[in-house]
Amino acid sequence: MIGGLFIYNHKGEVLISRVYRDDIGRNAVDAFRVNVIHARQQVRSPVTNIARTSFFHVKRSNIWLAAVTKQNVNAAMVFEFLYKMCDVMTAYFGKISEENIKNNFVLIYELLDEILDFGYPQNSETGALKTFITQTGIKSQSKEEQSQITSQVTGQIGWRREGIKYRRNELFLDVLESVNLLMSPQGQVLSAHVSGRVVMKSYLSGMPECKFGMNDKIVIDKQGKGGGNGCQSIAIDDCTFHQCVRLSKFDAERSISFIPPDGECELMRYRTTKDIILPFRVIPLVREVGRTKLEVKVVIKSNFKPSLLAQKIEVRIPTPLNTSGVQVICMKGKAKYKASENAIVWKIKRMAGMKESQISAEIELLPTNDKKKWARPPISMNFEVPFAPSGLKVRYLKVFEPKLNYSDHDVIKWVRYIGRSGIYETRC
Amino acid sequence: MEWANQLCENRQFGSKMTDSKYFTTTKKGEIFELKAELNSDKKEKKKEAVKKVIASMTVGKDVSALFPDVVNCMQTDNLELKKLVYLYLMNYAKSQPDMAIMAVNTFVKDCEDANPLIRALAVRTMGCIRVDKITEYLCEPLRKCLKDEDPYVRKTAAVCVAKLHDINAQLVEDQGFLDTLKDLISDSNPMVVANAVAALSEIAESHPNSNLLDLNPQSINKLLTALNECTEWGQIFILDCLANYTPRDDRESQSICERVTPRLSHANSAVVLSAVKVLMKFMEMLPKDLDYYSTLLKKLAPPLVTLLSAEPELQYVALRNINLIVQKRPEILKHEMKVFFVKYNDPIYVKLEKLDIMIRLASQANIAQVLAELKEYATEVDVDFVRKAVRAIGRCAIKVEQSAERCVSTLLDLIQTKVNYVVQEAIVVIKDIFRKYPNKYESVIATLCENLDSLDEPEARAAMIWIVGEYAERIDNADELLESFLEGFHDESTQVQLQLLTAIVKLFLKKPTETQELVQQVLSLATQDSDNPDLRDRGYIYWRLLSTDPVAAKEVVLAEKPLISEETDLIEPTLLEELICHIGTLASVYHKPPSAFVEGSRGVMHKRLPARTGSGESTESPDVGTAAGGSAPEAAPSIIPSQGDLLGDLLNLDMAPPTTSGPPPPTTGMQMGGMDLLGGGLDSLMGDESEPLGGDIGGSPAMGAGFGAAPAVMPASLNAPVGGGLGDLFDLGGVGMPMGAYIPPKIVWLPAMKAKGLEISGTFARRAGVIQMELILTNKAMSVMTDFAIQFNRNSFGLAPAGPLQVLTPLGPNQTIEVSLPLSTVGPVMKMDPLNNLQVAVKNNIDVFYFSCQYPISMLFVEDGKMERQVFLATWKDIPNDNESQFQIKDCHLNSDAASSKLQGSNIFTIAKRTVEGQDMLYMSIKLSNGIWVLAELRVQAGNSNYTISLKCRAPEVSQCVFQCYEAVLKN
Repeated sequence: MIGGLFIYNHKGEVLISRVYRDDIGRNAVDAFRVNVIHARQQVRSPVTNIARTSFFHVKRSNIWLAAVTKQNVNAAMVFEFLYKMCDVMTAYFGKISEENIKNNFVLIYELLDEILDFGYPQNSETGALKTFITQTGIKSQSKEEQSQITSQVTGQIGWRREGIKYRRNELFLDVLESVNLLMSPQGQVLSAHVSGRVVMKSYLSGMPECKFGMNDKIVIDKQGKGGGNGCQSIAIDDCTFHQCVRLSKFDAERSISFIPPDGECELMRYRTTKDIILPFRVIPLVREVGRTKLEVKVVIKSNFKPSLLAQKIEVRIPTPLNTSGVQVICMKGKAKYKASENAIVWKIKRMAGMKESQISAEIELLPTNDKKKWARPPISMNFEVPFAPSGLKVRYLKVFEPKLNYSDHDVIKWVRYIGRSGIYETRC
Repeated sequence: MEWANQLCENRQFGSKMTDSKYFTTTKKGEIFELKAELNSDKKEKKKEAVKKVIASMTVGKDVSALFPDVVNCMQTDNLELKKLVYLYLMNYAKSQPDMAIMAVNTFVKDCEDANPLIRALAVRTMGCIRVDKITEYLCEPLRKCLKDEDPYVRKTAAVCVAKLHDINAQLVEDQGFLDTLKDLISDSNPMVVANAVAALSEIAESHPNSNLLDLNPQSINKLLTALNECTEWGQIFILDCLANYTPRDDRESQSICERVTPRLSHANSAVVLSAVKVLMKFMEMLPKDLDYYSTLLKKLAPPLVTLLSAEPELQYVALRNINLIVQKRPEILKHEMKVFFVKYNDPIYVKLEKLDIMIRLASQANIAQVLAELKEYATEVDVDFVRKAVRAIGRCAIKVEQSAERCVSTLLDLIQTKVNYVVQEAIVVIKDIFRKYPNKYESVIATLCENLDSLDEPEARAAMIWIVGEYAERIDNADELLESFLEGFHDESTQVQLQLLTAIVKLFLKKPTETQELVQQVLSLATQDSDNPDLRDRGYIYWRLLSTDPVAAKEVVLAEKPLISEETDLIEPTLLEELICHIGTLASVYHKPPSAFVEGSRGVMHKRLPARTGSGESTESPDVGTAAGGSAPEAAPSIIPSQGDLLGDLLNLDMAPPTTSGPPPPTTGMQMGGMDLLGGGLDSLMGDESEPLGGDIGGSPAMGAGFGAAPAVMPASLNAPVGGGLGDLFDLGGVGMPMGAYIPPKIVWLPAMKAKGLEISGTFARRAGVIQMELILTNKAMSVMTDFAIQFNRNSFGLAPAGPLQVLTPLGPNQTIEVSLPLSTVGPVMKMDPLNNLQVAVKNNIDVFYFSCQYPISMLFVEDGKMERQVFLATWKDIPNDNESQFQIKDCHLNSDAASSKLQGSNIFTIAKRTVEGQDMLYMSIKLSNGIWVLAELRVQAGNSNYTISLKCRAPEVSQCVFQCYEAVLKN
């Protein structure tokens, strides 16, 4: 299991050091600093073995978090734990930065004591932790309160406490998708997939039993009718759920039922690869005119309903390292050559569906005697569209709370779809 | 919607705190000031002071002097302060054991507190205080907490048992905590169950033979129920524990699989990977024609692909595991090639792993796409990645015949770029392509020769030389080219030297008239001016071959080479099986068995996949123990020994063609006992520890399969006659529980008189396959001793320290420290007299001291020393009778079975037993760490306490030592 946990700043000074196992000595702290943080080369692996001690690290801005062990631990678990630890810290004090960590070191030690016991991760749901790790001094809890805390921390529904009350029962569903594309210069789709998340923010009283439904092909086909109501179904390659969802029920009936944590949670993640709506198509044309000049023309076409508007469109056209000057002409938006990033960045605020726009640039090159050819990195794109590129639709989210007297109809529900670009690249 | 609202609130919350000021106090006399503050009456001031102490502790300052003052703050009702004091205690209690006792009372009291949070806090902290004197006081509070009414306290107490076990295992057993822990598996609270499982699994790991985790269908059922209800972490503990279970039959296996599959949709990747581990393991037991089997295969692919959208670090772990899964069951991901395409922004470690998997998945169906991708990658920036991409193109050519032509032309394009490392890499792979498709692409040789001058890496130079030698008849100026290499012969690496030698001999055989001088020159360089034994040996072989019978030389050196197979760098099958049992863990990330990187007894236990059995049949449980695992080598029919051979071929064949077509000269020694003691030792050294020598050419066939200290490696000749071996292996399982290896009592090696006050006594032991020198260092001088180091003189079996002498703290006057030093057998070899003599030098800050000691040769007996029956018979006959020696062991009162099981503990394996006229004859085999086999016949007559033993060995020198071991083992 995890033998120790260290947090360093970018200089390699240790900010937090908590040792759980006897086989980890103080020298481990230095070993990681010398061999990883101060290493000359770029880090080649997130797992490093130094003198039979294994170090797992993740980096958040310029803070290093390292877990140390001498045993054959579950590596996936260690990384999941480190991410979780970052989530918990963010939930408590915001951004993970040197200043915040120094400001909250007592709190961090208290958290580390609670969520990692002898190197075994324990309940790390922020909702539960916030009930008893507060840092606002001791609250004299009554006996009932105390046992409520402990039963929540260890209980079957560790993510929600009893007795939550809201005057207005309300819930928000966000379907957030990122669409990824790799396209060849000729316009052939090399790979494309959507990874989506359903984020739920709920303000519901009591212990509400929820059931979520979407246009999952398997479910629609099972119901048999399909098609008649005009609802297109989609094939989901794979999905994973928040720990509140009853997985055995999903496995057996493919129904998604759960008691949600209070506030925000990521209910589900999914991935689709079939019938993806690619919101934009990029058509590049790069011509080398002699050894000192490049001509680049890029056309982008939007491919969705004309009534919808895409936002925050950004096209990034890489330029060679020996670029000396760039002239750009674009029909829409603004384009600029950014020498520090070696790219032409073209920004368009809004663009409706079924439109087309174009940019052309002349790139002057300094002559070099470098034999190696320019690697021609792909042209990448960023955007945001108000629909789900996978075609996913929320069909229902039913709420039942048998003990309190509000029904499904009394709950106010909001649904929103946002499609963003993930890694959206076209080779040129 | 205001999603950011909460975030802002938290920021404000954070900025209110200004704990960072504690990090900045670096005044002199600080400790003094802190002392005053700690003893202040004001609660706030006290708390502030403790915070400062903790901050100093974090940055590595020694604040142990404040121990009594901090402990005084422990008695408080302020929970925050209490936690801080506990944190301090955990860090410093060990250095102040006497003072730590002051804290005991508070712990005992806190364990009775009305607030369950305080009870749990006390029991949690207690276990982290590693002071022997205290541990005993903590048993009673712990016992109470294990039965506490509050689940939060119980789950904390469960982990505390594991902590206590780590400090004092005997105490935990004596106090009966293990039974209480077992009861907790049936607890009503899922989190208590999960922690109990975690604690038990850990304790069981250090007792490989105990039946601690008594997994049976009932307890499995309980675990599966808890699985649905506990936290994500708890699910991981339970799944990892389930993976150690072996179901009785395929029906049970299927029902467990059915209940585990829902976990594949968990958001936590570690839960998913642990579930995959259970499924991959239990799937082995399912009949392949079962519908469920194929359903399960289909279900595994999507979650594995989903893991690739996790954060990069987890992607890396997932990819390393997928690499194993693809080798074990290629069918699972065969249609998912596209998801392994490299993204421009992937971190380099993800890129390299993806590339590896792409090649494994390449097939005729997707080769066009793969090649297009690889070509793209070959123009990237990162050198390692580009190299690997180039190599991958070559591997595609070898794997998919239809694509070979396109691959070759792609490689030629890349050579035209003249980028140095691309060219070198391309030449290395083109050589492999020549091996696979002889007489097809030789037209490119001209292009390759143009780049001769730019090659500066040994591997590329060796490859190019091989090509020149192999196709000497088609290259007009082959002799000039090779001659140019010869000029700097002694500056070349061994790899290149060996290759050059072979290439010139080939050239000579092809064009004898013009090259006589050249061959003379290289032979004299290799045999007279080189101190590399491999090179010399090969030189002599060629020389004799050429001088005695040139026709035979031609037949041997220019013989037709066997084709190379398509898959390279596959993980050796037994290791792969073991790694599959470790999916998700570090072992699967390193692709090494846990014993390769975990110290001590933990993780040395080898896991194996279960065998396929129908209902009703019983299976051997994979976790029966080390000795059984080691002594029954690979009964599973799925392991094909010939594959190991192929692998070996691949790695050295293509670099050394002539040595493989005939019987390879440098390898004959290792198979059975060795021609002489040292020769045998050297050869098997190379076989067993191939890693450092991996690039060399003169290795043995086992080299390719070798993997560090992987015990699974067997010499190829042993695997060959597997025929009836299966039955033999199983009936021997009944010999009895193996006992531990014999360890002689410690004796004084270096008296204090002779070493300025340093006394060293010690012994040797072999624990779980690792040879250890166990030392007790005592300082009988007045001053402190530091800077210990140890070194061995050359010795008969190449014993050498595998690591530095771990004496971390200075050794004060009258202090004693016990150290155990792992030894390796890869050191320099020199025959000693007596054979088992070891000369040791120990250094400390005062001086260097020398002493010599003798080790029992039994610690060199390796775990895979069990010979096949047929091999034993053949070998016994084969060894000349002159090499047989007979001994008498007097006054031994064991019967033959007891003797045999006792001997097995020291890796002396009974192969067969025969009873003739009331006399039991036991036939035994022993393998030494340097590959020498010793065969023995032990005669035991009922009612006679004198045993007769005959030893046969190709190196009769060892017999005397081996006999001494028999005597020592049997009489202890």
